[in-house]
Amino acid sequence: MAIRERKARTGAIPEGGMADIAFLLLVFFLVTTTIDMDKGLGIILPAEGQELEINKKNILNCLISSSGAVLLGGEPVELKDLSRRVQEELRENDKLIVSVKAHEKAQYDVYIEVLDQLKLAKATRISIAETE
Amino acid sequence: MKFRRKSGVESKISTSSMPDIIFMLLIFFMVTTVLREYSGLPVSLPKAERIEKLESKRHTSDIWVSKDGLISIEDKLFNNDDVRHIMYEKRAADPQLTVSLKADQSARMEVISGVHNELRKADALKLNYSTKVKVPN
Repeated sequence: MAIRERKARTGAIPEGGMADIAFLLLVFFLVTTTIDMDKGLGIILPAEGQELEINKKNILNCLISSSGAVLLGGEPVELKDLSRRVQEELRENDKLIVSVKAHEKAQYDVYIEVLDQLKLAKATRISIAETE
Repeated sequence: MKFRRKSGVESKISTSSMPDIIFMLLIFFMVTTVLREYSGLPVSLPKAERIEKLESKRHTSDIWVSKDGLISIEDKLFNNDDVRHIMYEKRAADPQLTVSLKADQSARMEVISGVHNELRKADALKLNYSTKVKVPN
């Protein structure tokens, strides 16, 4: 019986598979990270104690009732007509400030819709009045 | 005169530095991605057309408002009057702070208005109403 000679062991770690392992890690991280960019309507709130007196002629009141109806300058308007109406008003007076005032029981999505319509009408001066 | 035979040029690309390159890529991706920190409250966001992207996730702080009027910041529930303290601290730590308000579409305006007032008191004035994209028809 022949005694086979033991193979000489080398202490090297095989690095051929290293690239594969690193690739796997890379793919794992790429797949598990979800890139959810937040989007939304931006607005700058007025600083505390910075209330200005504004000529009444330059204010356009936009009221939101508890049932979700919208009043623009005292008249009821449909939401989809709002941007057109505000645009008309802005054409007459470019210093116009739109003051949005919502009833405290009004729903948030109506308010967002109103802000969206105002942005659509390119009304840059929007004031958020406190709820009543 | 002896001519030496030309040695055959090896046309193999060296793969020994491949793991290093891939590790570099891996580290790059790990550093640049910001993971979602908080799970928040379950809300169904309203939809809007004229939306803008938030500039940077690092300078954004979220406030969740559920349809029952609960206010959550960093997965803790707050009363309306306590919002100003935590937001003031955040604002002091990061002057570029933008607040992202993730409110449910059927939330009441009294809660939203309360948050407005608190943010004004905390001097965190850059606000973003988080919405979904509405396809214009």
